[in-house]
Amino acid sequence: MNEHPLYQLTLARMREFYREPEAVFWVFGFPIVLAFALGLAFRNSGPGELKVGVATGAGDSALAATLDASPQLGAAVLDSGAARLRLRTGRIALLVVPGDPVVYRYDSTRTESRLARLEVDDALQRARGRSDPARVRDERIVEAGSRYIDFLIPGLLGMNLLGSGIWGVGFSVVQARQKKLLKRFMATPMRRSHYLLGFILSRLVFLFVEVIALVGFGRLMFGVGVRGSVFGLAAITILGALAFAGLGLLVASRARTIEGVSGLMNLVMLPMWILSGTFFSYARFPDAMIPFVKALPLTALNDALRAVMIDGSALTGLGAPLAIVAAWGAVSFVIALRIFRWR
Amino acid sequence: MAGLDLTVPTGECFGLLGPNGAGKTTTIEILEGLTPPDGGDVQVLGTPWRDGAEGRALRERLGIQLQETQLADKLTVTETVTLFRSFYRRSHTVDEVLALVELEEKRGARVSTLSGGQKQRLAVACALVSRPELLFLDEPTTGLDPQSRRQLWEIIRKFKVAGGTVLLTTHYMEEAERLCDRVAIMDHGKVIALGTPAELIASLGADQIVEFALSDGSTPAGLDALPGVKGVRPGPDRIALTVAQVHRAVPALLGLVERQGAELSLLATHQATLDDVFVALTGRQLRDE
Repeated sequence: MNEHPLYQLTLARMREFYREPEAVFWVFGFPIVLAFALGLAFRNSGPGELKVGVATGAGDSALAATLDASPQLGAAVLDSGAARLRLRTGRIALLVVPGDPVVYRYDSTRTESRLARLEVDDALQRARGRSDPARVRDERIVEAGSRYIDFLIPGLLGMNLLGSGIWGVGFSVVQARQKKLLKRFMATPMRRSHYLLGFILSRLVFLFVEVIALVGFGRLMFGVGVRGSVFGLAAITILGALAFAGLGLLVASRARTIEGVSGLMNLVMLPMWILSGTFFSYARFPDAMIPFVKALPLTALNDALRAVMIDGSALTGLGAPLAIVAAWGAVSFVIALRIFRWR
Repeated sequence: MAGLDLTVPTGECFGLLGPNGAGKTTTIEILEGLTPPDGGDVQVLGTPWRDGAEGRALRERLGIQLQETQLADKLTVTETVTLFRSFYRRSHTVDEVLALVELEEKRGARVSTLSGGQKQRLAVACALVSRPELLFLDEPTTGLDPQSRRQLWEIIRKFKVAGGTVLLTTHYMEEAERLCDRVAIMDHGKVIALGTPAELIASLGADQIVEFALSDGSTPAGLDALPGVKGVRPGPDRIALTVAQVHRAVPALLGLVERQGAELSLLATHQATLDDVFVALTGRQLRDE
């Protein structure tokens, strides 16, 4: 068994990969760093305390104290120069000018300012003796899966599968061709299919590490769970990894230099990073573009990953996106085999 | 490549000799089944090249070292040999082949840390691991220091002694003289001479070379008529005489120079080599070094 060429080729591929620290970082480290940074930047902590200013004037400090007592608001007395500056730079959402009538100065296109307008008015009216005719009670819920990080982790997983498939396979193939190692292998009785399968098998081994690292990180750091079955997730990622390895082989099938293949890889990957709903929903693109976007393999894979991770869908309901991913993989692999330059 | 007609019998070490660009690599790669020939008939070990299983069966019996291959830097010596070994049904163990090329001490070293000579011996190890009947070596010692070169010659010699057939290319005439039973000298894609090194040297008509130059750079008349001189080849900075008897030709040459009132700036003699054969055939030096 351990003398089988396929085993040895797979082993050689794995060793070449994990002995390259940069490659290890870009495949395993980078997505986690990205998830961490984006998760922090877009964490759903709610709007928090809204900062408002009270302009100097009669009764300003009493008014500021009234507003500050509301848990939703933070208020401070500001002179007109400071007030104008802070309002313009967004450091306060709204400025209250005391008097009769009390004046609210704010930018009505800003969501925060409109929220501050409601909160300030509510606090002020109650303090001045308004009584509410209807009794109400707040019931707060937190919907798992609705946060940005819940959307992001499956997208990063898809992007990572694309990147490691194309980089991992593409660079090594072209490097072997450039170093005439491919030609040297052709001078042995090695089967061509074993050489290509070695790449795919080593991808599958690293796939588990990649998926566990990213999903585990999301779970531990941000509490991003997998609602659907873990088996379903595994099946989708394996299909994705196979498809992207096929795409990687296709990209690398003719190129003779690393520079040449780098250009091709970017040509394949960049549009998908932007279009395929990794960082934001592709629903933002014009309707006319959506069918095209949905036909991209990364879009289909991201949709399937989100369906399993966020919505808890079963594999059986994901026939369409999975068929798209499989078709891309199969077609790429067949074309790659046909046009592959073995020397 | 034009009109190349060669037969190499089993157990022979055959050398393809010639300057860079003479077509040696193209020839050997056609024989290795890596480059399809434009025409003609190629048989290796009595078998023509075919795709698929027949081709693989033939490859089982060959050992090949290519001129420019760089093996994977990140793998160790043992891992590299193990990988190549896995492609063959019949093979040496890794230890055996590392002993053959004297790389036992480097078994755990990454390929990137090896010296040029060690890398080349590893490349030969990958060719020998299949216990080949026929070994192809394309410029096996180009760019190596003299010691590494001698080590490789010894490896090739042992393979031959054990009954293996070798086909090698080189642009070092000394290498061909030492290793090869027969050589074909190539130039511009054609074989211009074929025979044993001794036969080719004998074709010069004499086995000694006398080189000299005059301080004024002129060529004296009457060199042909000197006793024992079989050939005169004026070169850019010296004149080479092919002579049968140095002890008669040199005094005669000195007498001629003195009679003409000229002065020698260089005088040297050496045993004729394949280099001299190449120069005699093409009028050019084999190497620019």
